[in-house]
Amino acid sequence: MNNGNEQYLIALAGNPNCGKTTLFNAVTGARQHVGNYPGITVEKKEGFYQLNGSRLRLVDLPGTYSLTAYSLEELVARDFLVQERPEVVLNIVDACNLERNLYLTVQLLELGIPVVLVLNMVDAAESRGIEIDVEELSRRLQLPVVPTVARTGRGKDDLLSTAARMASEKRGWAPLHISYGPDIDPALDEMEKEIARLSFLTEALPSRWTALKYLEADEQVIAKGRETHPELSSRLEAIAARLTDHLQKTLESYPEAIIADHRYGFIAALLKGGVVTEKNKSDRLYLSDQIDRVLTNRLLGPVSMMLILYMVYQFTFNYSALPVQLVESAFSMLGNRMDALLPEGLIKSLIVSGIIDGVGGVIGFVPLILFMFFAIAFLEDTGYLARVAYMLDRVFRTFGLHGSSVMAFIISGGIAGGCAVPGVMATRTLRSSRERLATLLTAPFMNCGAKIPVFAMLIAAFFPKNRASMMFLLTLLSWMAALFLAKLIRITILKGPSTPFLLELPPYRLPTFKGLLIHTWERTWQYVQKAGTIILAISILFWALMTFPGLSEKKKVRFEEARQEILAGVPPELREMTARGAPEGQTIPAVVADARERILALDHEEAQTALKDSFAGRIGTAMESVSRWSGFDWRTNVALLSGFAAKEIIISTLGTAYSLGKVETGDDLSLSERLSNDPLWNPLKAFAVIVFIMLYAPCFATITCIIKESGAWKWGVFSMVFNTSVAFLIAVLVYQGGRWLGLGT
Amino acid sequence: MGTVLLRHMLPGQKGVVTQVKAVGELGRRIRDMGIVPGTPLFVQGRAPLLDPVAIRVRNFTLTLRNNEADYIHVEVDETS
Ligand SMILES: Nc1nc2c(ncn2[C@@H]2O[C@H](COP(=O)(O)OP(=O)(O)O)[C@@H](O)[C@H]2O)c(=O)[nH]1
Repeated sequence: MNNGNEQYLIALAGNPNCGKTTLFNAVTGARQHVGNYPGITVEKKEGFYQLNGSRLRLVDLPGTYSLTAYSLEELVARDFLVQERPEVVLNIVDACNLERNLYLTVQLLELGIPVVLVLNMVDAAESRGIEIDVEELSRRLQLPVVPTVARTGRGKDDLLSTAARMASEKRGWAPLHISYGPDIDPALDEMEKEIARLSFLTEALPSRWTALKYLEADEQVIAKGRETHPELSSRLEAIAARLTDHLQKTLESYPEAIIADHRYGFIAALLKGGVVTEKNKSDRLYLSDQIDRVLTNRLLGPVSMMLILYMVYQFTFNYSALPVQLVESAFSMLGNRMDALLPEGLIKSLIVSGIIDGVGGVIGFVPLILFMFFAIAFLEDTGYLARVAYMLDRVFRTFGLHGSSVMAFIISGGIAGGCAVPGVMATRTLRSSRERLATLLTAPFMNCGAKIPVFAMLIAAFFPKNRASMMFLLTLLSWMAALFLAKLIRITILKGPSTPFLLELPPYRLPTFKGLLIHTWERTWQYVQKAGTIILAISILFWALMTFPGLSEKKKVRFEEARQEILAGVPPELREMTARGAPEGQTIPAVVADARERILALDHEEAQTALKDSFAGRIGTAMESVSRWSGFDWRTNVALLSGFAAKEIIISTLGTAYSLGKVETGDDLSLSERLSNDPLWNPLKAFAVIVFIMLYAPCFATITCIIKESGAWKWGVFSMVFNTSVAFLIAVLVYQGGRWLGLGT
Repeated sequence: MGTVLLRHMLPGQKGVVTQVKAVGELGRRIRDMGIVPGTPLFVQGRAPLLDPVAIRVRNFTLTLRNNEADYIHVEVDETS
């Protein structure tokens, strides 16, 4: 058949939910590579399979219902077929749902590319009493048809050898000609002749297909046509326009619609006469429908949805808590080790505060992302996520979003304590681009787990009596802000009608554990690879901002002198102990304890001065002229600035700025007390700060994800500038409004 | 006799599509999902807020918003 070391390119195409991913995993196992199609965010999966010495390169195309030019997925799939010209396309169809699935098949055949029809889910079809005459179907379509069960791998070997055989034959493209009726056919013939005569686009596209696309008013093909041959293109457009006009007058219809009718007509004829027989033709309620009676019921539906979403949230954050803690303590242990090992100085500071903290920040998210993707993959593969979108669409559409947006909001902290990094990544399940972008831009307004301790500290200081109700209020506020700002974004920069909803509710199915794991792992690994480098770089940048230029020599000398002065006040034999600390178990004399405390205070003051003199401190001080409108002084400014790197750093920076030494999250009582006694602080300012923190620029990990998920730098920059502006505006409103009402004194 | 817009059909009602008036992207999506004149359908239910509507066509369940259902004309089977 072949000499054994050929490589064939094989593409997998099919409708969403046909089992394509499962089949791809069954064939390639873990030997797969996930990337993106150049320049866009659509995932591209590739894997290899070795068969009798030939190497099959399998590419999983995005799941599509059609090959038109409307969605990104469809364009990607079509461009891949036309440009890469795979030897064979494995067209996976759901055996329970042949009529609709074959619509894509017909379009592949119109293109003429060699196809193997993969009749998947034959197990489900059998149990539903659907019988398919495979041989007859194959004969009528003149294609190999292979029945499979992707879940168990049944039919896989047969499929691969069929595909390899077909690939080795190196068939040319043979477009299928079907009749589109008495109005379309003559026009099509006329156009086809012209196209063939002038070899218009024929190096890549069959001439009849190009003609068909002109009739279907396909933007991409027409644009390309205008470029290559403007004169012919305008003639073709004229023919199409004439036909459209005629059909409008006679049938009140469009060429596109009539072409679609005939495609379905072709499919109906194909399946007639015993190719498909359904034994229980009645509208029997299958298990899936019975489940839906409960899960999408008017009353039980929303209740069970809340329960399920809450469980997802609990699962994501509770089960990941331990691994997150382990990772964090591993990194802090490493940090302490390095702290002890390395000599005092810049290098140590860079390694401990810049690199280890930075890498820890990246890796610390990994368990969280792992669990989140697992939970979402489960909801997605079972089919429940589609129900959530169905039930919530009415609410979210009001704000220019989509029913599926809810997932991203909840993960990001819609139930207080989430994380925007996995939240932004969760928007992948949204297929409508404007809604998806609006969702990923507004999900970071939610109260993530890193903002919570900052809020808790401020609430403890200024609203000690109503802690719980304050937290609840903040959750409510963040939802309101996110939804209204989403609306604002959708009526301004992302203006445009909502993308058609038209969502399939696939039958409930039990996903395979292996499938879930592969899904989860590949997405998590992508995060580590791509986010890792950027976040590390940014965390080093922030370390530098808060470290340099450091104290001037003059100030350093002054602090050193003050220290020596304290030491001088201690009797000489106790000086060693004062400087180094008492050996284990030895009681410390009162003089020493007193001197040590004063030196510690001096150290903290030095750290504070160094922070104020650092670039970040200077920026914070310079910003006071603006930030006084919202009541923020330089200390708050620096802390907020450090929060760009990660929100949890706000507390420790405030600690340094208030000369409290290193304040760890959780052990922030002293800071809370310090702030509540500070004359510059009051409940009003605290509330303005809280609102600001809730809304301002997402942390860098999130921004990195926004850039990656949206595929454009500009959206990362936008979310930084827009969120900070909105946050500032609202903080000013709160602060000035409060003052006007006589609060905050 | 008895052509209504899909939006106005009640859960449990059956019918056959007579016309799809949508153009552009929406029209294409509706056709991609198998809704063309002559297609039988059955209204399976509605979302808790009564929008979108879930229908059964060609052996699968499709949900669409009411304002999308407005483009689909259905001849209702009176016996259903
Ligand atoms: N019963 C059955 N279920 C399957 C089969 N193939 C896939 N599934 C399930 O169908 C669901 C969707 O499959 P998936 O591969 O994610 O579909 P995709 O959207 O086409 O990638 C998953 O829950 C699979 O476990 C099959 O042959 N038989």
